[in-house]
Amino acid sequence: MFKSFIAGILLGVAVGVAALYYVPAVDQVREQSMIEVKPNGGNIESFHINVPTDRIMVGAPNQQVALPLGLEWPSNNLFAGIRAELFKLRNAKDIVVGIASRVAASGGERGDIIEWVLHLPARGSVYLTMQPEAVIGGYRVGELRAGTREFSSLQGQVTERWIVDTAASDDATAGRIELKTEFVGRLEDQ
Amino acid sequence: MMKYVISLIIGMLVGIAALFLMLYFNPLTSQNKLSPLSVTDNDVITLHYSAVAQDSLIYTNDGESQVDPHPVKVLQLWEPTIRLTRAMATVLLDSRGQVAGIGIKFSSDSESSNILDGAAIVDSVWHIFLPGRGSLFIEQSENYWSYLRKVVIPAYRSSGDNWRGTWHGNITSGPGALGTARVVGGSGEFSGIDTEAVEALLAKAYSVELGPVAIDGELLIEIPRKREFDNAATE
Repeated sequence: MFKSFIAGILLGVAVGVAALYYVPAVDQVREQSMIEVKPNGGNIESFHINVPTDRIMVGAPNQQVALPLGLEWPSNNLFAGIRAELFKLRNAKDIVVGIASRVAASGGERGDIIEWVLHLPARGSVYLTMQPEAVIGGYRVGELRAGTREFSSLQGQVTERWIVDTAASDDATAGRIELKTEFVGRLEDQ
Repeated sequence: MMKYVISLIIGMLVGIAALFLMLYFNPLTSQNKLSPLSVTDNDVITLHYSAVAQDSLIYTNDGESQVDPHPVKVLQLWEPTIRLTRAMATVLLDSRGQVAGIGIKFSSDSESSNILDGAAIVDSVWHIFLPGRGSLFIEQSENYWSYLRKVVIPAYRSSGDNWRGTWHGNITSGPGALGTARVVGGSGEFSGIDTEAVEALLAKAYSVELGPVAIDGELLIEIPRKREFDNAATE
């Protein structure tokens, strides 16, 4: 009986180690990537944000209605020209795949800035810096400044565009922000 | 025959318990409290924030976790792909306690978590804007194993379901080789820099019901000397 008790201890340790090794502690849900391959290399991926339904936060001074309700945006003068927003981010199939932050700051000696961080939990994050001025066609163009995990070895461009929702249905949104990324592997990594 | 089976099962339970005790008390997984940036010759920016959800501008998660979203009406991250993710926007203070800017932090439970290695990993990014100075992006892996061992589990073991004390530790564990975060400058005086950072927590109170009650966060960001990052930007 003592021998079976000792065998049980060893078996218990082995089962515990095997369970901890083979059963993942975290398993992120993945959606299929909706990627288009560019003719001359690189991948195009389109994300969008339905406005206002995907807005998590709009932080800006002197807002008539706070979003979310109860948000106390600092009244400090330091934040005078800043608009910080958080959103849910959707893929081309209109499925939420991540969250995003957009920071826009105007004025100051260093000029205007517009930046995005897109965070896709199962894939990684990207840091995008945009040109403040829109180009012809209502696009704003930016570049991938840094990426993590799946995006760490990529470089490329992004476009931002506001598309008005013209649908007349009851559940129509005001519009959507479209972000189209065109990323390609860095030459030194190939 | 039956007594052998029973002793085998009891032995297995003892074995599993022994394994967990071994993992919990494993001294090899203790966290280094010394910041790798404490020996740098470069300037270091220090930013402070409160890691308590109620002190942030907004904090949101799946709405079913221990920490309640703040404010109450904030949109929750209930969709399957973002259920293991938290978002926080907070005011950042400098080392003198003055308002320095705004920080947005996204953190997701990482699939590289491994209890056997003492790795309770969270992948996180910071989007920081310091008015008058510029913007920064910080990418890091955080290891909360030491925090869980020293703060969270003692709170659950306490008869009062809370923990009080002082725990200070670096939570950044990568991707830098010395356990540092990667920092990329986006605009202003930080434009073009590629450097390192470390995030640390100073915990003073934790409640099983509410989560963190008194916890301050600190970000130490190394700023290379001008010549170094000018060279990096032109390469």
